[in-house]
Amino acid sequence: MSNTQQLEDLTTQVRRDILRMVHKVNSGHPGGSLGCAEFFVALYQEIMDRKDGFDMDGIGEDLFFLSNGHISPVYYSVLARSGYFPVTELNTFRLINSRLQGHPTTHEDLPGIRIASGSLGQGMSVALGAAQAKKLNNDKHLIYSLHGDGELQEGQNWEAIMYAAGNNVDNIIATIDLNGQQIDGSTDTVLPLGSVKGKFEAFGWTVVEIEEGNNIDAILKGMAEAKSRTRQGKPVCVLLKTVMGNGVDFMMHTHAWHGKAPNDEQLAIGLKQNPETLGDY
Amino acid sequence: MKTYTNTGNKDTRSGFGAGLTELGKTNENVVALCADLIGSLKMDDFKKNHPERFFQVGIAEANMIGLAAGLTIGGKIPFTGTFANFSTGRVYDQIRQSVAYSGKNVKICASHAGLTLGEDGATHQILEDIGLMKMLPGMTVINPCDYNQTKAATIAIAEHEGPVYLRFGRPSVANFTPADQKFEIGKALHLVDGTDVTIVATGHLVWEALEAAKTLNDKGISAEVINIHTIKPLDHAAILKSVAKTGCIVTAEEHNHLGGLGESVSRVLTTNNPVPQEFVATNDTFGESGTPAQLMEKYGLNAEAIVKATETVLNRK
Repeated sequence: MSNTQQLEDLTTQVRRDILRMVHKVNSGHPGGSLGCAEFFVALYQEIMDRKDGFDMDGIGEDLFFLSNGHISPVYYSVLARSGYFPVTELNTFRLINSRLQGHPTTHEDLPGIRIASGSLGQGMSVALGAAQAKKLNNDKHLIYSLHGDGELQEGQNWEAIMYAAGNNVDNIIATIDLNGQQIDGSTDTVLPLGSVKGKFEAFGWTVVEIEEGNNIDAILKGMAEAKSRTRQGKPVCVLLKTVMGNGVDFMMHTHAWHGKAPNDEQLAIGLKQNPETLGDY
Repeated sequence: MKTYTNTGNKDTRSGFGAGLTELGKTNENVVALCADLIGSLKMDDFKKNHPERFFQVGIAEANMIGLAAGLTIGGKIPFTGTFANFSTGRVYDQIRQSVAYSGKNVKICASHAGLTLGEDGATHQILEDIGLMKMLPGMTVINPCDYNQTKAATIAIAEHEGPVYLRFGRPSVANFTPADQKFEIGKALHLVDGTDVTIVATGHLVWEALEAAKTLNDKGISAEVINIHTIKPLDHAAILKSVAKTGCIVTAEEHNHLGGLGESVSRVLTTNNPVPQEFVATNDTFGESGTPAQLMEKYGLNAEAIVKATETVLNRK
């Protein structure tokens, strides 16, 4: 069990990783990655019950599925810093012959990844399938998944959301990253989502809200609450209210850094705001 | 020439259902998913015998493919069932990313392929599915010829690690292959020896090819008939060995000539031994309502069309 300071130190280091990864190849998605740094750190360091090593079937451990695959920088950083592959490999992000593809894939056998994602809206179905497999295997571990809020515009999500409630898939905690931003602007200007809470509840899900989605203690408390609501006949949804670009002041509260890398000067500012804690890769 | 006996017309989808029933008994990892077409796909027995391993997903094919991909994580072998159109075109990106690119062991089982589902018309008559599926890296594409072979193929694909597209149909067609056959993925079956022309066919057009061979034999033309049940990976050796002897080829399939078996065969020929080829396939068109026999005649997919194509290709030798 880590203390909050250790988790915050790791989060700061993850932010540095994200900035340096996207800066090096002048591409990638820093905004959503930064917004979910605390969530990933809390999930992999504290929340999930994970086995040592990696095998695809993941029987006897909690599993995580990332549906909004474009936030691969945070995923790769946290996987590496949780021991799935060498931290130095973050240096290869988006380069030719790398296992760290622009969007996550199983194709290059990168430990920690169980499904390709990037084409949006598919992860909920996959996570539910894995949840059903856990039930068939009498495996009491949980499935966790993360989805962008803009991603909810994809119709397949609603097929999956309807399926989960109708079939009492109650061993899943699907988290929605409610940052209110997508590539072309705010979700309100692109295609308003309306009440996400109301929609999930109307479909028969239990909804847990985490108002401070960039506060590790709030995440741990909210996810514990979510976990306590599993296995009660209903799927569980966490609405995680985050700030896109969190931790780098000029990237916050805007969609501008959804899919844009910082230049040299901007990188320096970002790194200055996030001093090295555990050592750069 | 060697002849084959039709032991009675049967629908290939029932062969799938029978194979799935068998798998239910023999392989506890096999699970089945269906998008509100249990009766049409003949999945009733599996559902009845193994309710815990059967997933009714409703009219939501995209979700079905994703669920299937997820079920493989934990060691399950999912068989999805719906019409060919809704098994491929409707869910192409789901198959591409969550199944093929992710290397998942999902069996996409597609009934009502091609024109011969009949009266429902072109909205349901996909003639592009073989092309869509064979273009996906790592995807195996199988189109068995009759009931017995569809049953055998269904059982065989459970033992094959990796994504498979299994294509079959609604109409009752000749059932002429052995009930106890062992299905070998990627291995073409040599049905009739001949010296003048090679006819390679897939799906129920194999029977039409056998009928055509009889007619051609009566006309003094010796046709070699090969059943290509696996379109990908394609049995190059069987094709090349046969055309080395005959010097020309006719391909026959219930599919658009763009993207189908014929094009795959063409590639093998042009890169190894270019010989004249004629295509029995639909000509870049949608289908329409009608009976299976009427549609096969109108769109040139029957024994008569194979005879005509053979005469054309022989003139080009």
